[in-house]
Amino acid sequence: MKSDYTEGLRGSVPILVSTIPFAALFGAIAVSNGQTVGEATLMSAIIFAGASQLVGIELFGHSVPVWVIVLSIFAVNFRHILYSAAITPFIAHFSPAQKALSFFLLTDPQFAQTLTRGETGKSVSFAWYMGFATTIYVGWVGVSAVGAGFGKLVGDPRALGFDVLLPIYFMGLVLGFRKRANFLGVVIVSAAVSILAQKLVGSPWHVSIGALAGVLLAAVLPPKPVTTEAGPEAETRA
Amino acid sequence: MSELFTPHMTLLILAGAVATYLTRIGGYLLMSRLKNVPPRVDAALNAVPAAVLTTLVAPAFFSGGIDVTVAMAVALAIGLGFSSIPMLVGGWIAVMVMRHLVG
Repeated sequence: MKSDYTEGLRGSVPILVSTIPFAALFGAIAVSNGQTVGEATLMSAIIFAGASQLVGIELFGHSVPVWVIVLSIFAVNFRHILYSAAITPFIAHFSPAQKALSFFLLTDPQFAQTLTRGETGKSVSFAWYMGFATTIYVGWVGVSAVGAGFGKLVGDPRALGFDVLLPIYFMGLVLGFRKRANFLGVVIVSAAVSILAQKLVGSPWHVSIGALAGVLLAAVLPPKPVTTEAGPEAETRA
Repeated sequence: MSELFTPHMTLLILAGAVATYLTRIGGYLLMSRLKNVPPRVDAALNAVPAAVLTTLVAPAFFSGGIDVTVAMAVALAIGLGFSSIPMLVGGWIAVMVMRHLVG
């Protein structure tokens, strides 16, 4: 079990490359928007979802009513509902307490890696899941605090080229799913709709709208008949 | 100024944390109420990762500026044959070249 934990710990180290600048940026922005260092750290520790944290402090700066801010945080994080539904079959063997903790730690990379691991036939153990999450959690919360403490000392992530790392990392994850049914159609529709939604509605709504369009396409297309050559996909969710 | 937590902001953060946790456990709560997953729901769930992750990639690819587009195209070409670390390294080199050498 210990080796599963360390494998998880190591597995998410590459993610830190993109998490650390983003966490530092969040901390710096939070403090410049009127949060204390303690509040910025608390926010990272118990919300643990970067984009929604930035939306939250941005709206707070515009003195929007609290319930509107909370609703916005919910909307930005709406994709997690899809995530938790999709990983449920792979963590069915966790105890209720383990599940409760696992869902708290469910982030974009955690979701993608859990799904990738589960579908390539490796076991998704609680130890591995926690190891993978620990690196991300400690990095995110720790660097948020440091970023808040140092405020404006954080350099420009663009000049260092860090801003392209997150989209490239996600693109690698997308490529990992290219053997799936409907892959090309889903990617094209999600891409087109998210770009349109970003122009017409704005960020971060384009994430939920674009994803929903791709998912709907997959639901509407005729289901693939299960043949002997259907590949591993057909059996994983018997 | 020296206080670590203000009541108003702390309350907002706590409410935001509850809202976020609801989204993280929501899909599980919905799924555990479905005994048999219908084929269309299964197909939809199957498409979730590619659909969601694409929305995090496409806008950067098409409207992030020419430097970002070039970097991501390089990374995409690398990604068709290699894993994510060469993609990240290649994309990063490409964006640094575009920004600091090409101008």
